[in-house]
Amino acid sequence: MTSAQTTVSLSIDGNEMQVLEGTTIHKACESAGINTPTLCWAENLTPVNVCRVCVVEVEGSRTLVPSCARPAEEGMVVYTDSERVRHSRRMVLEFLGSGVDLDQATPLHEWIVRYDADIARYDQPDLPAAIIDEPTKIQDDLYIRDYNRCVLCYKCVEACGDDAQHTFAIAVAGRGFDARISTEYDVELPQSACVYCGNCISVCPTGAIQFKTEFDLRRAGEWRPDQQEITRTVCSYCGVGCNLEIHTQDGRIVKATSPADHSVASGHLCVKGRFGWRYVQPSI
Amino acid sequence: MTDLHFTSDRADSTEIEAVAAAIGNETVVVVETERLIRGGKERRNQSRHLLLPALHALQRAKGWITPGGLNHVADVLQVPPAEAYGVATFYEMFRTVDPGHSESVTHVCVDAACQIAGSDMLSDELTAAGSAVHRSPCLGQCERGPARFVQGVGTADEVPADAELFVFHQQGDPSLRLLKRIGVVDPGSLDSYRANGGYVALDRAIEMGAAAVLDAVADSGLSGRGGAAFPTGVKWRAMAAEEGRPKHVVANCDESEPGTFKDRVVMENDPFSIVESMTVAGFATGAENGWIYVRGEYPLAAARLEVAIGQARVAGLLGPDVAGSGHTFDIEIRRGAGAYICGEETALFASIEGFRGEPRSKPPFPTTHGLFGQPTAINNPETLLNVLDIVALGADEYRSRGTEQSPGTKLLCLSGRVANPGIYEVEFGTSLGQVLEMAGGLTGSGELRAVLLGGAAGSFVGADSLGLPLTLEDTRSAGTTLGSGVVMAFTTDVDMTPVLIRIAEFFRNESCGQCVPCRVGTLRQHETLVQVGRTGSITADRRQLVDDMARAMADASICGLGHTAASAVSSALALGLIGGAK
Amino acid sequence: MFGAGGGTVSYDEIEETDFIVLWGSNAREAHPIFFHHLMKGLDNGARMFVVDPRRTSSAKFADVWLGLDVGTDIALANAIGREIIHADLHNREFIAHSTEGFEAYAAAVEPYTLDMAAEVTGVPAIAIRELAHAYAGAGTAQILWTLGITEHHNGVDNVFALCNLSLLTGHIGRWGSGLVPLRGQNNVQGGGDMGALPNKLPGFADVADSTDRARFEAVYGMDLNPVPGRHLTLMFESMEEGTMRGAYIIGENPADSEADVERIRGLLSGLDILVVQDIFLTRTAEMADVVLPASVAWVESEGTVTSSERRVQRVRAAVAPPGEARDDIEILGELARRLGVDWGYPTTEDLWDELRSLSTAHAGMSWERLESEGGLQWPCPTDDHPGSPFLHGWLWDDDLGGRGPAPFTVVEHAGPAEELTDEYPLRLTTGRALDSFNTGVQSGAIDSPIRYGDAIEVSPSDALRLGLVDDERVRVISARGSVDMNVRIQPDIPEGLTFTTFHFPDLVDTNVLTNDTWDRQSGTAEFKAASIRIDKLVRAGAGDD
Repeated sequence: MTSAQTTVSLSIDGNEMQVLEGTTIHKACESAGINTPTLCWAENLTPVNVCRVCVVEVEGSRTLVPSCARPAEEGMVVYTDSERVRHSRRMVLEFLGSGVDLDQATPLHEWIVRYDADIARYDQPDLPAAIIDEPTKIQDDLYIRDYNRCVLCYKCVEACGDDAQHTFAIAVAGRGFDARISTEYDVELPQSACVYCGNCISVCPTGAIQFKTEFDLRRAGEWRPDQQEITRTVCSYCGVGCNLEIHTQDGRIVKATSPADHSVASGHLCVKGRFGWRYVQPSI
Repeated sequence: MTDLHFTSDRADSTEIEAVAAAIGNETVVVVETERLIRGGKERRNQSRHLLLPALHALQRAKGWITPGGLNHVADVLQVPPAEAYGVATFYEMFRTVDPGHSESVTHVCVDAACQIAGSDMLSDELTAAGSAVHRSPCLGQCERGPARFVQGVGTADEVPADAELFVFHQQGDPSLRLLKRIGVVDPGSLDSYRANGGYVALDRAIEMGAAAVLDAVADSGLSGRGGAAFPTGVKWRAMAAEEGRPKHVVANCDESEPGTFKDRVVMENDPFSIVESMTVAGFATGAENGWIYVRGEYPLAAARLEVAIGQARVAGLLGPDVAGSGHTFDIEIRRGAGAYICGEETALFASIEGFRGEPRSKPPFPTTHGLFGQPTAINNPETLLNVLDIVALGADEYRSRGTEQSPGTKLLCLSGRVANPGIYEVEFGTSLGQVLEMAGGLTGSGELRAVLLGGAAGSFVGADSLGLPLTLEDTRSAGTTLGSGVVMAFTTDVDMTPVLIRIAEFFRNESCGQCVPCRVGTLRQHETLVQVGRTGSITADRRQLVDDMARAMADASICGLGHTAASAVSSALALGLIGGAK
Repeated sequence: MFGAGGGTVSYDEIEETDFIVLWGSNAREAHPIFFHHLMKGLDNGARMFVVDPRRTSSAKFADVWLGLDVGTDIALANAIGREIIHADLHNREFIAHSTEGFEAYAAAVEPYTLDMAAEVTGVPAIAIRELAHAYAGAGTAQILWTLGITEHHNGVDNVFALCNLSLLTGHIGRWGSGLVPLRGQNNVQGGGDMGALPNKLPGFADVADSTDRARFEAVYGMDLNPVPGRHLTLMFESMEEGTMRGAYIIGENPADSEADVERIRGLLSGLDILVVQDIFLTRTAEMADVVLPASVAWVESEGTVTSSERRVQRVRAAVAPPGEARDDIEILGELARRLGVDWGYPTTEDLWDELRSLSTAHAGMSWERLESEGGLQWPCPTDDHPGSPFLHGWLWDDDLGGRGPAPFTVVEHAGPAEELTDEYPLRLTTGRALDSFNTGVQSGAIDSPIRYGDAIEVSPSDALRLGLVDDERVRVISARGSVDMNVRIQPDIPEGLTFTTFHFPDLVDTNVLTNDTWDRQSGTAEFKAASIRIDKLVRAGAGDD
């Protein structure tokens, strides 16, 4: 199934290296020990390269290139920490933070500090910067949607769509800053095609779409990720054998996820695997 | 090919009939008997491109796309309703909220040329007279602003100005190449087209053979006229070398750059030239399929192209054996629905394919992964028009005009404060001052303050640039661009602040929203200019912010819209057109 | 040998196969994550035919859906086989080298012409022909099935009919091609592999085989009963005969899940002693003399489960069992001790190592490897064996290595045990919904916003004929009993067919209706085919109560 693999040589920040053909710049950076921020990229999704926080400078390219999607090419000269790169990453982080609440986008926090992003500088006297300001959508007992946290990374759309679930309950609607992840005509989720697999939630990097259980615990001030344990086991329902990561806090299950790097489920689950643990502890 | 879920809303018979009239009666899911039903991914993929025409039909039928109508189309084409809704909400011409009336809607252009020609006043007058008015981005009628476009409900769309006499200021000029037939030829007659030199190039191309046509185009030095100026010969050769099938030639007639209307004039007045030049492109590159993507606000252009294609088919100039060459080529027209971004080539592909008009990352490039992921040559109609002369006259003769690096002639769209706004064909190298003179010089009370070159995505040059030779190389070294050929003049009596605020608003509205630098950057740029408008000046830290944003948009956006969204604003600030002295 | 119980392919293979036949399986709802792999295959260009009486949500992904009559699978499969042979599309070389019994098979399917099969199944002949040609002509192809094939009185014959097609075409034993029975429960594969079958010892060893038995006796240090036990259905027959007077039921809820469930409840309540070991007080447990509260196997205790692709994976305790609930192993050990045998206090790993010493298929799966490699697919005989993505590759070897060729099995169409009559003119078939699982004891806790409850689904034409409307309460009656339920008019099922789930037995006792006629070879009851009628209820009073 694997053919003879050729390698390409490239230089990243002055270091020569070889990677297998087809390897993305992002992966090449990773193997060179260079940490690159990403938001819209995930192991189990097709790169959409929309967040632009992973951009790098490639010699000969007029604009910066998204490292998550661009394969390394022979002779490529890449800079991951040039002034141009730092500037664009900083601006992308500022843009994101100026419009939505990144409180729960924990992986971004260190990058905001590192690139010295000044999120507050977009407010003007008598003219505060426009933000997304919508009431949290709570339409059932399993999910909540908080668009004030949505960075439009498309991950949920991909997971709901042809990268995994093929249900297509949600898509991007509208344009520009008014674009939203939406069902048709914004109908409530239970009226939509949604089958509550939770795969959108598992890929959301900012908490914009969340398990209701987590939302309730957070609201009660009882969500303590640093005290949670994760146990790998296998789903108790059908015979497919999806691996589960059971998150427990104080000896209680608080959510179920699935490891993205396992061949059976690739990080995805169905409604039974995602929520079917509740019989183990009927009330959370 | 999926277990779609629909809300209980149903289409009514008007909508069902309108959709059938637009896309036919075939459905993706075919119930052969109660026990045998066909469907599947392949059938679904093959019909997805009918989504945009179907949405047009729904919009036309009811004045908005109703949930029931959307469900019907989604069911017929097996497109998930959420995706169909995402597509419908992408376009300016589609409404997904009940407007509460079924009147035609008058779109009034609010972009620069029309703005300074009084579009606000027109819009107020129409509203007062009881019309439903929609503030629209540039309608491509900058020579006759303030422009209107009437979107019909149950009736055809129309442009009121189309009823007026067409004026072409260069008519009869023997030096014209690209525009020689404008105003002369009958746009509805193949015979008239032939009588005016039509189809000489195709005959010549067939005689020369595809390889020789490719050589001639490469030797001519022709470059893309949509704004990016990529060498056409390189693009065509790369696509011709692709083995994949089918291959496509696409005419990018989604002319939406504010200030640009040249393609409309050509399509409306010399439609056969587009058909012929596309056929030559198809022959040269080995493509079977031609697509014309014409912006939705150009109903006359679409109608005349449709007629031309029909006549060409009848005459055997399109179809399975083009002009006896043995080559197959035919053309399908797609109407856009109001989205500037769809002029970006990969966004245009997505739009034809029935998806949101969101640009794709390049590489891969269209020559290998274009329309439907297949090899595609996509060209601006002006570029295609040049090919007719290159083939008919030969590359050497073609190069006898223009400069070494910018051979040939260029179509310019003169608008703003000039006496005779309109389309002009000039030799590359003509100076900006000469061009303004051709258009009858300035009009109004003031002196020349600035000229917007290349449209909203271009940049302003000051009154000291009248000597600038209009070539690719000279504009580039002057830090500006010819872009799509916009030359929009502003005199000192024009208040530039609202013009710049509107340009910023244009990008904010037209950003597809896909990538962060453009989605948020265009918003913040607009907010900053609104504040400049309020205070009349710009502080040092705001100025820094504008520059910071401009760099990030230019560097990190996915496509040309974001790359150029700050260009006009930056140049205006540099020239001191807004925000106080430079 | 050919016929060892297990899917012959890995999930990954369906992503690269050319042709998929999904037969009697609604994997979209019953095996949703397997269906992700399948959809990748479709995205990669595979074509799919779905054979199912209902146009299920899985069928909606198909290029072609063939809506056969319930219980006519063998007629359809045999006609496909005949058509492949007549069109000379069978793999002569493979048949000659790797199979036996072809001549008898070819002769047996000869009467199954396309027209005859169309008549019997209701599927147009052209579609049967198309399926035959597409399957035989595909580079790689898989046939997948679930309970739509097995929950019939002749379920095993149904399986043979499908296996014959793979032998006919050679779509077996190569990457991308194979036969895939999708398992309905997370360890139904592992349970069988570990010997939880009446005729098997762990690792596919045979109870009746003295050589096999001797290996186990040596390790267990005791003699084993050489007589195969009785499977579930036979046990109930024994209860009926009075020869079985007690039952010890672990993690099963037959008082809700069995066909003709009223009969089962009567038999269970007539036992001298009923012991139930479960994590819930199920209806069965409520009937028990002794209830042994158990821990939840996958999240309160350690162990392994085996999936449909023969992948052995670890389950781990994440939380402590509540109250007096204990691990199954501990309960069994204590019980043995009270019965006078001391098994000590083995760890899960100790028991696993004992299994490895007895089952060559599992011998290479050390506890460490199971931990570090994300599971291993049997057979995995040695420590350096990578596990087996697919089975029966040996069929393609020049030398079959001493194994006998794979046999064709002649099977004949029989039809459902219960025929349609004037009294019971509608066919009832049962199945599962996405957000529920079997009798709902586990899935009932999900606050699913998309749950409809059990309703009797009828075709629009039957609804029209019977004057039924959506949500109308009706009485559904079979020869065994009746239940009241709501009507849902379902355009995706053909005239004459009705369908329901059985996830909410407390609300709708669906299995009162189902037919307990069972397959003598597998013990599985014919849940998929009962004859019913629907009576309108005279509405008492006005409005909803």
